[in-house]
Amino acid sequence: MTAVRSVAAGMNGQIKMLSIKNLHASVGDREILRGVNLEVPTGQVHAIMGPNGSGKSTLSYVLAGRDGYDITDGSIVFGGEEIVETPAEERAAKGIFLAFQYPLEIPGVATMTFLKAAMNAQRKARGEAELTTPDFMRRVKVAAEKLNVTQEMLRRPLNVGFSGGEKKRNEILQMALLEPKLAILDETDSGLDIDALKTVSDGVNALRAPNRSMLVITHYQRLLDHIVPDVVHVMAAGRIVRSGGPELALELEANGYADYVGAAAA
Amino acid sequence: MNAEPRILNTPAEVTLAEAFSASRGHLPGDAAVAAARAVAFDAFQKKGLPHRRTEAWRYTDLRVLLRSVPPAPPAAPASIASAALLPGLDRARLVIVDGAYRPELSDLSGLDGVEVTSLATLLDQGDERVGALAGRLDDAMVALNTAMMTGGVAIRVPAGLDVTRAVEIAHVTSGAYSVFARNLISVGAGASLRVVESFTGPDAAASVANIVTEAVIGDRAKVTWAKLQAEGNAAVHLSTTAVSIGGESQFDHLTLMTGASISRSQSFVTYGGEFARAGLFGATMIGGKQHADIMLGVDHAVPNGASRELFKAVMDGKADGIFQGRIVVRPGAQKVDGKMMTQGLLLSEDASFSVKPELEIFADDVQCAHGATSGEIDEDMLFYLLSRGLPRAEAETLLVTAFLAEAIEGLGDEAIGEAFEQVARDWLADRKTLS
Ligand SMILES: Nc1ncnc2c1ncn2[C@@H]1O[C@H](COP(=O)(O)OP(=O)(O)O)[C@@H](O)[C@H]1O
Ligand SMILES: [Mg+2]
Repeated sequence: MTAVRSVAAGMNGQIKMLSIKNLHASVGDREILRGVNLEVPTGQVHAIMGPNGSGKSTLSYVLAGRDGYDITDGSIVFGGEEIVETPAEERAAKGIFLAFQYPLEIPGVATMTFLKAAMNAQRKARGEAELTTPDFMRRVKVAAEKLNVTQEMLRRPLNVGFSGGEKKRNEILQMALLEPKLAILDETDSGLDIDALKTVSDGVNALRAPNRSMLVITHYQRLLDHIVPDVVHVMAAGRIVRSGGPELALELEANGYADYVGAAAA
Repeated sequence: MNAEPRILNTPAEVTLAEAFSASRGHLPGDAAVAAARAVAFDAFQKKGLPHRRTEAWRYTDLRVLLRSVPPAPPAAPASIASAALLPGLDRARLVIVDGAYRPELSDLSGLDGVEVTSLATLLDQGDERVGALAGRLDDAMVALNTAMMTGGVAIRVPAGLDVTRAVEIAHVTSGAYSVFARNLISVGAGASLRVVESFTGPDAAASVANIVTEAVIGDRAKVTWAKLQAEGNAAVHLSTTAVSIGGESQFDHLTLMTGASISRSQSFVTYGGEFARAGLFGATMIGGKQHADIMLGVDHAVPNGASRELFKAVMDGKADGIFQGRIVVRPGAQKVDGKMMTQGLLLSEDASFSVKPELEIFADDVQCAHGATSGEIDEDMLFYLLSRGLPRAEAETLLVTAFLAEAIEGLGDEAIGEAFEQVARDWLADRKTLS
């Protein structure tokens, strides 16, 4: 049992969906996250930008509860609860969703079987009734149409033979069906052409809600033209080194990350 | 190693020699069969139980593993538990209890035109099918079966008959007995047959079953054959399947192994005519201290044959999984296409998987390849499923089922495939409740 701390509301009364304090994470001898501080209020969309290798994906994995990282210091409070020790599947049931930078291909597992298993597992963990098959089918149909996910794709094994864009659309489909409280999108724009970027962004924007927060990780500013964030953070060498409004993304686009790579190394 | 006759000397070998002298006077068969039994026992006696220097048996040393041999089954076995195996799979059933065909327990409906005969009857009458293929195998356990066989069943499908209902040959062991059975399957030209071969028995019964099946598949025939080895946890299962496939025939075979303490399942497929295709698949699921050895010999004796082999094994606990596969392409057997793949999935650090693929190619215009992989559950795939909220046990079950599915589906029979996939899921569910 994890203690529930009363840190959900910050000083200004905003409800915090996610509050990360001084988070250090390493793999073996290598420290990748070196004191991350980040607060995401409920209902807001925050972007994390930063050079390759700065630790963005690592942060997303650590938030989702992947094994293999040593959390040497700091805390992750989600919805008022410390979750550092919580296994990945329980975090998912509590409402954390990660759209992977590289979604996995899983041969032999039918996409529909997987979607149903995931939805029902989360419902069960929350003490809700399982979906009936017609209800499940209807939900998938509605969500899939919005994202141009075809019936043919749904019949294939999970992500097997999907193009990069199809995989990303499939991630957003899962997000739409699982209705998370906190969605972390790791480079959802990479590998997408302009049309696919529009489809995916529209899908994500449709899921913006007052009770849902998002952490949008990207290397390029162009995604943020479509998914306009409330706050932009810059990550470099395992820390959040700067935060600002959407205009910060434009500045990074103009000047590149050279300053931050230099600053981080210093 | 040496060609001199040796004296049978392990306790199991001594018991077998005693059992043969005690039973030879009343085993079924005419004088010719009795003579053949004597010759076969002699051959067994010369070889003795296979051991680690017997190349084909190197991973299953019976001189070490077979500590003792249980007695012959009683003449009239007690009632047998009817196994609730393969629910939902419609099939006729030929029931063999402790090596004796039991027509009164069998269900032959849907088999109009198919000839079903007790092996004991054939032995008494004399029948050229007995030993036609097994007689060519140089194997001590096959020789022992020829000497000791008590019963089994012979199925003959006449040319052109399409038997749509699956036929199960259900081997049931009732207790800790020695069982020697021989089955014969002949499928006429252009006919088709779906066979399910099952092996079951009670847990804790140290039975030893030595089963030999000979099958002759005619030209243009189509045979789908699925074997389920789900014997009790103390059983020893030693089986040999010898098949010859005719020109333009199609033969698909799947072995699903979950049972027995020690099992050795050997299959030999010989191409008797050109343009025949064979698909040989395996799905092994073992745990605890189980030892499961699959040995496969594919003999492309003629040109233009195709073979696909896909063997998958999941090992938990301290289990040993073994696969030996040998593809031979005879001189002049051009345009042969043979591909063999073996994949092991280790669910525990103490489990092991040994693979020995062999290609012996004596023709120059062929396409043959083999590959083998072995590993653990893919951590990235597992995390992907966990991150969507699937509990760990459910995620592992999905991944292991998916791993095995390709081999089970390779058989190409939807109804049998579904029933066998359920066996795989049940095995995984049991595994969870144990760990
Ligand atoms: N499992 C790992 N083992 C060792 N180093 C890792 C591992 N994962 C990431 N890294 C290293 O940590 C740094 C941050 O990686 P990552 O989080 O993927 O960055 P980003 O997503 O910002 O490009 C990189 O230098 C990367 O090589
Ligand atoms: Mg990354």
